[in-house]
Amino acid sequence: MGRLITVDDLKKHYPVSRSLKEMVNGERPAVRALDGVSFELEERESIGLLGESGCGKTTTGRLILKLEEPTSGSVTVDGQPIARLKGKALKEFRKQAQLVFQNPFDALNPRLTMEQSLSEPLINAGAPKAEFSDRIAAVMKQARLPRIKEVLPKYPHQLSGGQLQRIVLARALILGPRFIVADEPVSMLDVSVRADILNLMRDIQRESSLSAIYISHDLALVRYVAKRTLVMYLGRIVEDGPTEEIVLRPQHPYTKALIAAVPVPRVDQDRGPLPIKGNVPDARRPPSGCRFHDRCPIAIARCSVEDPALLPSAPGHRVACHLVAKA
Amino acid sequence: MSRSARVAGGSIRFEGKEIAGAPPSVMQEILWRRMAFVPQSAMNALDPVYRVGKQIEEVLVHRGNYRREDVPKRIAELFEMVGLNPKRQNDYPHQFSGGMRQRVGIALALALNPALMIADEPVTALDVIVQRQVLDTLKDLQRRLNLSVIIVTHDISVVAYVCDRVVVMYAGEVVESGKVKDVLEQPVHPYTMGLTNAFPDLGRAAGTLVPIAGSPPDLRDPPPGCRFAPRCPFAEPRCAQTSPPLVTDEKGHAAACLRANEAPMLREQARDPARWAA
Amino acid sequence: MAHVAEASAPEDAAAEPRVGALGRIMRALRLPRGDFFATTGLIIYAVFLITALLADVIRPHDPLEILFSDDGQLLANAPPSLTYPLGTTNLGRDIFSQLVVGTRAALIVGVTAAIVVAAIGTLIGLISGFFGGWIDNGLMRLADVALGIPFLPFTIVLSSFIGASTWTIVMAIALLLWPNTARVIRSQVLTVRERAFVEAARVSGSSPWRILFVHVAPNILPLTFLYGSIAIGWAILTEASISFLGFGPSDVVSWGYMLQDAYGSQALSRGSFNWFVPPGVCIVLVVVAGFFVSRGYEELLFPKLKD
Repeated sequence: MGRLITVDDLKKHYPVSRSLKEMVNGERPAVRALDGVSFELEERESIGLLGESGCGKTTTGRLILKLEEPTSGSVTVDGQPIARLKGKALKEFRKQAQLVFQNPFDALNPRLTMEQSLSEPLINAGAPKAEFSDRIAAVMKQARLPRIKEVLPKYPHQLSGGQLQRIVLARALILGPRFIVADEPVSMLDVSVRADILNLMRDIQRESSLSAIYISHDLALVRYVAKRTLVMYLGRIVEDGPTEEIVLRPQHPYTKALIAAVPVPRVDQDRGPLPIKGNVPDARRPPSGCRFHDRCPIAIARCSVEDPALLPSAPGHRVACHLVAKA
Repeated sequence: MSRSARVAGGSIRFEGKEIAGAPPSVMQEILWRRMAFVPQSAMNALDPVYRVGKQIEEVLVHRGNYRREDVPKRIAELFEMVGLNPKRQNDYPHQFSGGMRQRVGIALALALNPALMIADEPVTALDVIVQRQVLDTLKDLQRRLNLSVIIVTHDISVVAYVCDRVVVMYAGEVVESGKVKDVLEQPVHPYTMGLTNAFPDLGRAAGTLVPIAGSPPDLRDPPPGCRFAPRCPFAEPRCAQTSPPLVTDEKGHAAACLRANEAPMLREQARDPARWAA
Repeated sequence: MAHVAEASAPEDAAAEPRVGALGRIMRALRLPRGDFFATTGLIIYAVFLITALLADVIRPHDPLEILFSDDGQLLANAPPSLTYPLGTTNLGRDIFSQLVVGTRAALIVGVTAAIVVAAIGTLIGLISGFFGGWIDNGLMRLADVALGIPFLPFTIVLSSFIGASTWTIVMAIALLLWPNTARVIRSQVLTVRERAFVEAARVSGSSPWRILFVHVAPNILPLTFLYGSIAIGWAILTEASISFLGFGPSDVVSWGYMLQDAYGSQALSRGSFNWFVPPGVCIVLVVVAGFFVSRGYEELLFPKLKD
């Protein structure tokens, strides 16, 4: 297995309009959606980006797909920094990097039939027209969409959410990408359909050489599709390790809180109080030191001063916390 | 209920009064004062151009006959109750996060001390931690205010965490009901079995999720007999002919399935994904 | 939501094979079907369109021919009769023939102006909204300038400079009316641009122009038709006003020309209702038809307004 993606000290700041006071003080406020994130993705690896809204997980996905440009830092795919990709090279990159959307009802053009939507990537890639129907049929089989002939001439409003999400997945797979980014791919679907799509994504990954990045706020879902999980909080990675390890033995206090909050479908009387206080702070003014210290149940004085680095705590496991023993 | 739909039949009694088809004047008396509603998009149900406190004041004064001078105290009380800083009543909705707006929605519903609160998908669009915080608030309020709560949701974990009893519905019909513990741990109806098996459980080993193949029927032309039969792995020929009656056992656990007496065996089989494959 | 979408599916699927040629044309134009007002509007349009096309067959006389009775008398101010259904003007011209031929001028001005306005407005709105930045700024300031120019005076000045003709009027309307369409299209593009399927097109490697014309434009097309149908009414009203004020082409019979003729000959004070009421009614009908059709588009575009 080789290295597929290297993310190095990625930052993305969105400037916001200034208040009068900020103008007087000469401040330039920005939402620090992403504030120094580094990680690697191996070929055929699947990782989960876990965190609450505003933690930067979606921004990370968009930067890796070159849908936005970072404020600083770099993303390297296959040894090539994607910041410099243009023209033909960018088109080539688009074939290799695909996105699966959260809302299947919005991800397909309402004025195009399924066949047209699936043909779009082929047209853009300059595939010969004669191949279209075979390739569409093949990818629909891969996405386990039955009754191909019936579905292809339909418009999005004529299909169910589960069917649409399969089409979205098929469209992402049709050019044979190296990796996909799936942003909350099942959160808009009914529970019964959710399991179906999760199983499908897991199987597709097993059968092909695809790498995947799953973005979600729900560890219970990430667990089904990602072998490794990165937990993010306020634009930083706070924990990175094998998913099962994180589920069973979380290290960072934020991860512990996330796991305590994940809903379970059982009548569970011994769920203790949530080990976290308050709300996510304003990303324009992240807390000093460790960004989690003001909500952390075990924070000490050092936490509000010194920013903890993401350091190994066990083989293949990294944590950014002063209170976790380093390996 | 929306103005575009009507109650086709049956009866709804609330505090002993028949309210199905009741005239607006009667409902006006009951709604908000005795029975309050938290809409699914409570976070977007607030008017963006008015301060949040002003919107609660509106309800207190016009629906609750509060005197203006008593209003600030009551709003502060409501904010405390749902876990919001009372100072924030002068903020506009956009200054609140999703979870906080949901809390405002709950405060708004509770403004006039109702006996019953109906919440439609109260935490669906929220992050897990915020979900848990809002549910904790709901649970706490329910206990402290002696409130009856109906939660409408597709999320079994919400039911498991907050509710005492559950009514499982499929295609416009009740398929199972009873104490949450009974229904979730010993489901009798195959649809409930399917739902519980389709839901990921972080507290247990990561098995395979079992999806329910197919999609709900077209309600303009529902299938004859049991409406779940076309998707049910245990359906027998008779299921497509006879509408199963809702049968209640001595524990108050009711289910509408012709094979209800075989439930323990079916539960075992329902864990096998191959059973459910289309 | 999912279930609502599913439930409506069988109906649409069933409706598909049953549409005939007309239905297919209507769908291609995204004409609103099934709405009472829209249908009425479309029928009014159809009647006027047929009249305009067959004007030379329908009109009993040349509209500018001065008619004489059999005994050589000028047929001035004749009351309506079988031979002259709406009577004659004070110069002995057949009013009905003028009305029929006037339909042509009205529709030529209305339809061409509407097409030009919708086309320019849509194109500028699309480009402005999609590319944003300085392109957007430049185009929208241009729109502001065009909106700041008073309509009627501008048309009159233009007519006096380059000569009064139907095309001058069309040009004036096109030059001044596009900003309304462009602004609305632009705001709609700003919304559509943010939809996930546009992002999907980007990820699948579509070029910006392909995204604009394949993915964005078709989703704002009904809006183009809405503004086009409103422009028809405006154009016809403007043509009528210009002609009524006497700045129109003198050799083209239009409804505005008829009104001006009637007004100048004191038809109002003489109570010659048969002369000035019919063109007025026709103008109102066509303009109202435009609004009816646009109303249909509105319901197509914003179905929630119905509730």
